[in-house]
Order: sequence, then structure tokens, then C-alpha cells
Amino acid sequence: MAQTHEPAIVKSETSEGNDARIRRFLRERFGEAIRHEEVFRGDLQFTVDPEKIYDICEALMEAGGLDVRFLADITCVDWHGHSEAVHGRFEVVYNLCSLAHRSRFFLKVRLPETNPHVRSLVDLWHGANWMEREVWDLFGVTFDGHPDLTRLLTPDDFEGHPLRKDYPLVYEQPKFSWNENDPPEVIR
Amino acid sequence: MGLEEKIPDSIILTTLDKMVNWARKRSMWPLGFGLACCAIEMISTFASHNDLARFGMEVTRPSPRQADLMIVAGRVSNKMAPVVRTLYEQMPNPKWVISMGACASCGGVFNNYAILQGVDRIIPVDIYVPGCPPRPEQLMDGILKLFEKIEKESLKDAREEWGRRAV
Repeated sequence: MAQTHEPAIVKSETSEGNDARIRRFLRERFGEAIRHEEVFRGDLQFTVDPEKIYDICEALMEAGGLDVRFLADITCVDWHGHSEAVHGRFEVVYNLCSLAHRSRFFLKVRLPETNPHVRSLVDLWHGANWMEREVWDLFGVTFDGHPDLTRLLTPDDFEGHPLRKDYPLVYEQPKFSWNENDPPEVIR
Repeated sequence: MGLEEKIPDSIILTTLDKMVNWARKRSMWPLGFGLACCAIEMISTFASHNDLARFGMEVTRPSPRQADLMIVAGRVSNKMAPVVRTLYEQMPNPKWVISMGACASCGGVFNNYAILQGVDRIIPVDIYVPGCPPRPEQLMDGILKLFEKIEKESLKDAREEWGRRAV
């Protein structure tokens, strides 16, 4: 069911082959955990069940032929107020790379609005430590099993999760002389 | 020109205020405190093309205890604000503050949760130099205006002035 758009970059033979290998590997081992698969502008992405993300990443690490051993980034999308939010408000995106085959693909998990939590990948990659702290700090997604889930970018006594869509955008309301009596609302 | 014409018989009449203010403004040591992009323009103001050493700012002291001018160059984040306040309090009197750039003066383009909207929320500022970043000539203009401000200071107001600034 993959939709292929025109790829933005021309991939070498090995990376396209690796895409097919990854697709085959994930479908065989974790077929029932994959909810959605897409190729968007040349990037392969899988939306998977949150409970299975650790097992999927562990299996990918152990499969030597694929050489998916580099976690490039963990980030998050807040779909609040968008029609996509029905599948889950928070979408945590894992950006995995294969250095030998020079390819990259994305694993995404959708989490609900109340108590969003997913298992931490710190046991597999030490680099996930600060990446998950950043997602916790800015979005409020809890990572179970993380050794030290504290604020990273905002001050320690900061309250709230600033990159959520319902956090106010501006610090001060813009004030001019012509709207003195009718200040603008905070931009949402 | 020259001092010899002005002191024909080796006697100058002046006031203590003028002597003290002249000494203070012509030997000011800035604290090396560049936070962000404005720091690059501050560095280029200290460099040889626009030379600030000719105004007496020969050395920038890294320690606040040895500095008398704090040029806040760059955006101050909310996490950095207590540090700025601590450094200001560690500077001994007399001390002056120049807020360089739009971010230090009023938050600049960053109107959000992370950036302090103007360093004058935490420390008293003498001169604001607008710009993003201000050119070296603009920063020098701000410093020269600070010199003009110092010329007007008086020792008899000193205790009250510096006592007020300590808060």
C-alpha cells in the first residue's frame, strides 16, 4: 500500500536496495505492528505500535545485514487542532540511519493526549538519553525506563511544555498606539 | 595643541568632579561578555579597524571584579538571566552597563518563552544601542554617549547614586 512520490534525491543502488530489505524485514518480523507505511519524497517511513518500538529497534540492531545501528534523532510532532489528531495527538519520530548502505528511514509512533508514554531506547543507544529528555522537556511525552528524565533546554524551574500547540506563542502582546484600547489576542 | 599650552606655569585649575570623571571614562575596562551574534560586532569594534583601545578600553577583563563596564551583547535567555545578575552584582562600583543590540534592549525578534524581553528587567542599563547587530560605529557612538553621561556625574551624588544602583 505504499504511495511513491517523485524522489527528491537520486539514491544509489545500495540505498534503494536497503529500503527494500528493510521493508521486507519489518513486514516479515513485525507485520502486525506496522500500522502505516509510506514513501514521502524519497523517504521511507513506518508508523508502528508504541508497544513494539523497542522490540523493532532491537531486532534492527541485531540484523547485521541491514546495518541499522545509528539513531540520528528522536523528535515529536503535536497534531493538536489538526484533523490528524484523531490517530493520536503526539507523534514521536525516530530517525534511523544505515551508514554502510547510506540510507535513512523513519519510525513513527502515535501517542494519545492523556499520559503519552513510550518505552525508552536508552538501553540500545546512549545517544537517546538527551534526545528523549528534549522531547520530554518540550512536549511532555514520558519515556519509561529513562534514567534521568529532567529538563534539558528550559530552566529547571520552568513550568509547562513549550512546544505544545496550546502553549502561548508570544511572551508579550504586541502593543502599538493605535490598538491601545483593544490589544490583540495572543496568537494561536 | 598639547598639554604644554594649557599649563604655562604648571598650574591647572579644575574641579575634582572633572578630574575624577575624566579618569574614570578614559580608563574604562569592559567585561568580556558577549552572549550571541552581537558579540561578533563587539569583537570587531575592539579589533584594529575600529579600535576601542584608543578610548582607554585596552583590556577586556574576564573577571567581573576587575571590570567597570558591562556590554551585554546578545540575547539573554531566561536560563542565563541569573548569571547576568550575579555578574553585575560582582562588579565593584563605579560600574556602567551598555545594552547592545535589539535583543538585549527589548527581546528583539524573539518574543517567546525562552528569551528575556530586555536585560533591563534584571539590571539597570545606562545606554541602549539598537541594531541587529549594531555596526561597530554605532557601538562606538553609544560608548561615546556614555562618556558624555559620565562627564555629568558628580561626586556629591555618588553615595546616593551608587546606593540606588546596588538594589
